[in-house]
Amino acid sequence: MKKLLCIILIFILLPSNIFSKENIDLNNKISKNLRCIVCQGQSIYDSQSDFAISVKSIIKQKIDNGDSEEEIYKFFEKRYGQWILYEPKFSKNTVFLWLLPIILFLVAGFYIARRISVK
Amino acid sequence: MKNIKFFLILFLSLFIFTLFFFGLKKDINYYPTNFEKKVDFNFNSKDLFTLQNISLNEILKKDGYTLLNIWSSWCLPCRKEHKMLMELKNSKNLNMIGLNYKDETNNAKNFILENGNPFQKIFIDNDGTKSVMLGAYGVPETYLIKNDENIIIKKYIGILNLKNISEIKKILK
Repeated sequence: MKKLLCIILIFILLPSNIFSKENIDLNNKISKNLRCIVCQGQSIYDSQSDFAISVKSIIKQKIDNGDSEEEIYKFFEKRYGQWILYEPKFSKNTVFLWLLPIILFLVAGFYIARRISVK
Repeated sequence: MKNIKFFLILFLSLFIFTLFFFGLKKDINYYPTNFEKKVDFNFNSKDLFTLQNISLNEILKKDGYTLLNIWSSWCLPCRKEHKMLMELKNSKNLNMIGLNYKDETNNAKNFILENGNPFQKIFIDNDGTKSVMLGAYGVPETYLIKNDENIIIKKYIGILNLKNISEIKKILK
């Protein structure tokens, strides 16, 4: 009887545990992608400033409310500008930033390929 | 070939030198400039004295300006700033609202009793989340809101100075 009870209990508790683990992972992911504005250079995840603690609790509230990752980023972007996001979006100001690695890769690749074929 | 190398190195070192010379003096701290200027009127919180839930909607007047000040009893600059807020208290067209940031209710009440109350209403923000909803950094911080357009026209991060006060007075005229 005890064994059965244990198994039933495990089955009841297991899904909720998995669910909360997912939430914690999402929470960590979002807080690592947000910049702490008070202690610039640290992420919200790393920072223990008053600002970062408040932001963490808002992220938690929003995840519990069922908001998506994208919606949470939008919420903070609207209030603090794009600077709060660690990954800048593709726009006319960031074209160079995003395209430079690709251009460098292509140019260097072309150069190496030519040198090899010459040899 | 040697000449080219020499000039290349000279050019590069000069370039790096000027880059650092100007770059190191630049203020690298970021202050939000393209923040949401519309005020969220559904913003609500408890009143410091009555502990009843009130929304910004209920207390904002239809015309004139509102000065929303985020303060705390444990914040030393706020004490200094409070005197200037008291000066603004009787300004025409100005509605003053406080937001008490991460504070003990009793300490906040004592602070107001000691230093005077420039605010019509004081909201409580126990965990700092309400301030983040408004797009704030921390304490002290002050917003000047134009009531009929529902927008923040000035955002002062940090302690208000005399220049800011005269700017606010100029806008109110």
